Parts: sequence; structure tokens; C-alpha cells
Amino acid sequence: MNIVIFLAPFSLGLGLMALAAFWWTLRDGQYEDPAGDAARILVPDPEDRPAA
Amino acid sequence: MALISDVPRDFGAFLKPGAGGGSSLDLLVPDVRCAGCMGKVERAVQALPGVTGARVNLSQKRLTVAFRPGAGDPAAVVEALERLGYPSTPFDPEQARAAYDREGRALILAMAVAGFGVMNTMMFSVPIWAGLFGQELGPASRTLMMWFSGIVGAPCALYAGMPFFRSAWRSLRARRANMDVPISIGVLLTLAISFSETVLRGRDVYFDAAVSLLFLLLIGRWLEHRLRARASSAAADLLALQAPTATLVGAADALTAVPVGQVRIGDILLVRPGERLPVDAEIATGSSELDNSLLTGETAPVAVAAGQLCRAGALNLSGTLRVRAVARSEDSALAAIARLVELGAQSKSRYVRLADRAAAIYVPVVHTVALMTFVGGWGLGLDAREALIRAVAVLIVTCPCALGLAAPAVQITASARLFRRGVLVKSGAALERLAEVDHVVFDKTGVLTLGRPRLKPTAHAALVMAAPLARASRHPLARALAEEAGDGPLAEDVREISGQGVEGVVDGRRCRLGKAAFLGVESHGSETELWFGYDGDTRFRFAFADTLRSDAADVVAALHARGLSVQILSGDVEAPVSRAAAAAGVADWSAACTPQDKAAVVDALAAQGRKVLMVGDGLNDAGALAKAHAAMAPGSALEASQNAADLVFSGDDLGPIVDAIDVARSARARALENFGLAALYNLIAAPAAMLGLVNPFVAAIAMSGSSLVVTLNALRTGARR
Repeated sequence: MNIVIFLAPFSLGLGLMALAAFWWTLRDGQYEDPAGDAARILVPDPEDRPAA
Repeated sequence: MALISDVPRDFGAFLKPGAGGGSSLDLLVPDVRCAGCMGKVERAVQALPGVTGARVNLSQKRLTVAFRPGAGDPAAVVEALERLGYPSTPFDPEQARAAYDREGRALILAMAVAGFGVMNTMMFSVPIWAGLFGQELGPASRTLMMWFSGIVGAPCALYAGMPFFRSAWRSLRARRANMDVPISIGVLLTLAISFSETVLRGRDVYFDAAVSLLFLLLIGRWLEHRLRARASSAAADLLALQAPTATLVGAADALTAVPVGQVRIGDILLVRPGERLPVDAEIATGSSELDNSLLTGETAPVAVAAGQLCRAGALNLSGTLRVRAVARSEDSALAAIARLVELGAQSKSRYVRLADRAAAIYVPVVHTVALMTFVGGWGLGLDAREALIRAVAVLIVTCPCALGLAAPAVQITASARLFRRGVLVKSGAALERLAEVDHVVFDKTGVLTLGRPRLKPTAHAALVMAAPLARASRHPLARALAEEAGDGPLAEDVREISGQGVEGVVDGRRCRLGKAAFLGVESHGSETELWFGYDGDTRFRFAFADTLRSDAADVVAALHARGLSVQILSGDVEAPVSRAAAAAGVADWSAACTPQDKAAVVDALAAQGRKVLMVGDGLNDAGALAKAHAAMAPGSALEASQNAADLVFSGDDLGPIVDAIDVARSARARALENFGLAALYNLIAAPAAMLGLVNPFVAAIAMSGSSLVVTLNALRTGARR
């Protein structure tokens, strides 16, 4: 049972990391243009991707 | 046509300061639809001098262009896009900033936290539930699990519950009780009881139930928010497209594009053919014909010359005009109508939504039952602690998911289905009102009819002769003629004489197409007409009329079949209105209505208890649109009318009106079914909770089960039978 003391916080930490990652994607504007991001893979020359 | 659009315009007013001292420009590019367009537009704009970056947002059809400090010409960007075949409109920086969706992000974040809370409290709940079924879990381990569950669940519930707590607090301060009050009380009470149970080493803790309740409700809340956000961003796009800019004539004839709101009295403005007057103005130089159909419902163009006053919203048909502004945009003829709209909007905001009406019954009932459970249980010999736990169990299992999750789910499904059929729904309440409608009032011009002239049957030989000249002109009458004739040769050496007509060479002979006076003949009657003739030869007359939309009669019949009565109120003169009414199969019509008349008729009908759907496009309809129980406007309508309408439909057909009514009725049926299902579920769950048969495991299963059922039922909304 003692292992729970270690495992529970560990799994909570993993969950918090996922939450933080989601928060970052939200801040980063990754949900601003879902249609455009899906279409962008079809645009040639991805290395010239505009920076604006 | 090249003459006018080659004059450079200055879009400086739309630039906003960007990063690193540069500036940026937001453009609405409605025609960007695919990856190919996106790549083409971005490459073309980035190749322009002074541009450091260009990025298309395909979801919102917007282009953001960044310029190097001190460089960059917005007009060049607009021109480059036009050459590629993508017309664009600069976005007011104010509007662009308003598009930033703060509330939506807060909701998503609350939902993410609730999601995290649900998953991680469940991790501790599963061993506790296993313990309930006699599996091995010592009291010490169970208490440990409860503590973990509380430490994770309570902060998540408090954070994710903030939107509900705030709204409940606001409504309590206004001495009303909305749906968020029982939710907040339920969640806070559950958390408190669960903590005390944990401390007292009790049996039932509901941390997981509190968080998952919030998670499910937040999904509903977010769906509702998205529905509103999408409608308002589409409305902002329409706004930007319709009243984009006024062209200011400065010193030395320099042209500057300014937002309409910045036009001051006395400014000289340039109005090209095909543009609308941005404000009330007096014509300084030039002569032309104005189409007032959106303002008054009249179809015949009105000839205007220098010194005449004309009203904002009138469409300039033939000649380039210079006008002197006599009012600012907010004081223009629009203002009186805007007041009518405001009055109507107030009466609409008094409409109580289905979910709120259900909540008004639900809230007192549930609270009384919970209170009775506590008082009754205590009185019947249970100890206070057990009685309180049962009362909390009642609050938990009667969670208002049918109202909080299913009602928005019904509305978002309905509006998504309508969106695919070209109908934009502005709010969920609009759909509910539309479902109750029993009488439909149509405007004629631009609603039952197309709102643009079509050539009346003419001799084919004359049409073939005039077509080459008509194809070279941009005048709407000539366009209608060319459309009728189809593709073919173009006239040479064409000269367009503003306000008169066109002159050119066809088959080596000089000919003219235009007004009667331009060809030196007497005009016939009151019809809209165009004359054509070769030099010194016979003159031919072409008559035009505003024709009925192709499915108008079918739609009227379909509305009758659904038990709705139909009426026409038009601002046009009697003859065309009676013709259109007869062709569409409507017996009840009135002509020559003023905007006040229309609003008064709608008011009178409402006083008789009728629920009126108003379908109109012009400014003269805006008051009636705002006052009607529900209102629809075609996409070609003026901005003020679209603002006043609840639904906006696009395309040349009226069919979407019938679709919208069908979907709205189906949505209402689904919502009522859901309330029925929820009531049934509560009739079983609440007594079980009162008798103490509900433990945290049963509560979790019952709650998610009922949410799933009502949500799946919501998805059936508007499916084709």
C-alpha cells in the first residue's frame, strides 16, 4: 500500500503536465484556425512558411 | 470601368501598429476557401515590397499582413488580391480586436481543469467504489483515497465552477434565481459535506460527482458560447463587407478610404456606380440614377442631379457622383429606423427561453424535495448527518444536465444543420421563437422578388443586336440584358456616358444603348426601360421588371401546408405588389406601406396573440423585423435589417425559410422530449436518493447515463426524415 504514496502524486503530476500542455496550446493560438492548419500541409514549400 | 478603379486609394486609416515599429493590416478575404487559394494569396502578398509577412486565417477568412517600419502600401495589397481574383475589405482595427475571444478561452480553460479533475478524482474513486462492494480496502486506505480525491477534486471544482458561481451571484443580487443558483448551491454543499465525511471517516464522498457535473455543464456552456461567437463573427464579416469605407475626396483630388464612422458633415465623398451612399448627402457634381429599393421598397430607379438630397443606403447605379455629407453616419436616415429596431429588441429580450422556463419550475421543486429529505429524514428518526447526506444525494442525482447540456446541444445541432443549408442562426432563443410562429409576413422587393431587374420577354432579334453593347457596360439594366443574351461578341470603341447610356461600334455601325432621351425618343409609360438603336435606324425598347424568386409560390404553398398564414406588406406601389401577390398565391397583401405602417401591422397582429415571422430585407422593414416574434432577412439585405433579424439566409431561393421553420420545430420537439426524459429520470432517481439507496457509485452512473441519453437525443435534431 505504501507505494500509493509515491504513485498517486506521480500520476497527478503527469495529469498536471497534460493540463499545462493544453494551457500552452491555448495560449499559443493553436485553436485559432483549425481549417487553415489542416489545409497548410497541402501548400508547397513548407520551409517558406510565413512568419506573421 | 478601368477609369475609376485605377485611382489609388489610401487605406492608411486601417493600419494598426504592429511588432517592432512596423504596422499591420487586417483584411477580410471572403473567397479564400482552400489550401491552393491560401498558398497563392500568401505568396503573392509576401512578394510585395515592404511586406514582412502575410498569413491567412482560413477559418475566419482573414488575412493579416505585416509591414516593415515606415514602408508598405495597403492599397497595393488590396490591388494584388484583386488581380488574383480575391476581392478584399480592410477590417476596422477596433473590430479586429473585438474578435479576440476572451470569454471562450476562459470557458475552455475551466473545461480543461474540470476534465483533469474528473479523470484524476475517478482514479481515487474506483478503489472507494470497489470498497463499497465488499472488496478488500481497509478503513485507513479508504480514508487516504478520500483525502486524495478531495485534495484534487475540490480545487478543480472551485476553479471550474467559477463561471457558475459568478452568474449565480449576479442573478441573486438581482433577486432572481437562474439555473446557476441550484448548480452552485449543489456543488458547494456537496464539497462541504464530502469534506466533513472525509474528516469524520464516513462512507459517502461526492468529490468526483461534483467535478463531473461541472465538466458536463461546461461542455453545454461552451457549445452555447460557440454558437453565439460564430454568429457574431459572421455578423461582423457582413458588417465589414457591407459598409466598408467611404471614399473621401481631399485637397488636389486625393482619394482616401475612411471608415464610415469617421465621415464628418461637409466632407466631399466619391460614390462610384455600384456603391451605396455611406451617409445622407447632397449631390455636389454628377448625375446618376439611384436604386432606393432597400430603403423604400420602390423598384424603379430615381434620377438624381446636382443639388439633390439623397439618403444613406441608396445604391448608385450609373454615374460617378461627388456628394457633400449632410449628416454623420449615426445621424443619417438610419437613425429613426435604428430607434424602431431598439424598441423591438427590448420586447424580444423579454422572451423567456424554454430552458429558463423549465428551470423556473425545476429549481423550487428540487430544492423543496432536498429540504424535505433533510427535515423529513431527521424528523423520522434518522440522525442529522445521514439526513443531510441523503439531501445532498438528491441534489446530485437531480443534476440539471437536460437543461444545461442537452438544450445547447439541441441548438448547436440545429444551427449546424441550418448553416449547411445556408441559414445563419444568431441565437438559440431565435430558434425557439421561430418554432412558435403561426403567421408569416413577407416584404415584396428583394424577398419575394430577386430585388434586381430582369428583362421582360422581347423579340430575339433585338436582343442579339443590343447584346454586344450591353456586355460592355456595368449598368445593372445592361447587365440584366447581357445575362439574358448569354455569351457572345463585344462591341468595340465603347464609351460610357454617365447617367445616359453606352455608345459603341457593332459590326462596323455606331449604336447606342441607354435612356430614351439618349436615343432621342419619347419614353413609354412608367416601366423601367432601356432603348437601343443604330445611328439613324429603328429604335428598340427593352422593358424590365423585378421578377419573383423561382420558388416563391412553392414556398408560400409549403407554409400554408404547415398551417401558417401568409401576408405581404410592401412599400412599393399597388400594381407590382398585386401582380407579385397573385403569382405567389398570397391573397392578403397591402401596398405603399411606410416603415411605421409595417411595424404597426406586426404590433397589431401580436396584440391579437399571433406569433409573427417577418421576412424582410430593406431599411423600411427593419422596424417590423425587430418587433416581430421571429425575423429572417436574406443575405442581400442591408446591414441594419440583418442586425434586426434573428436568422439570415443566403442564395436566390426562399426554400431556406421552410427548412428553418422545420428545423426549429424539430429542435423544440427534441428539447421537450429531453425535459420529459429528465423528468422521468428524476422521478426514479430522487425517491431512490431520499430512501438512501444512492451511493457515490450509483450517482456517478446515473448522472452520466442520463446526460448521455439527452445528448444523443439532441443529435437527432433536424435530421431528414
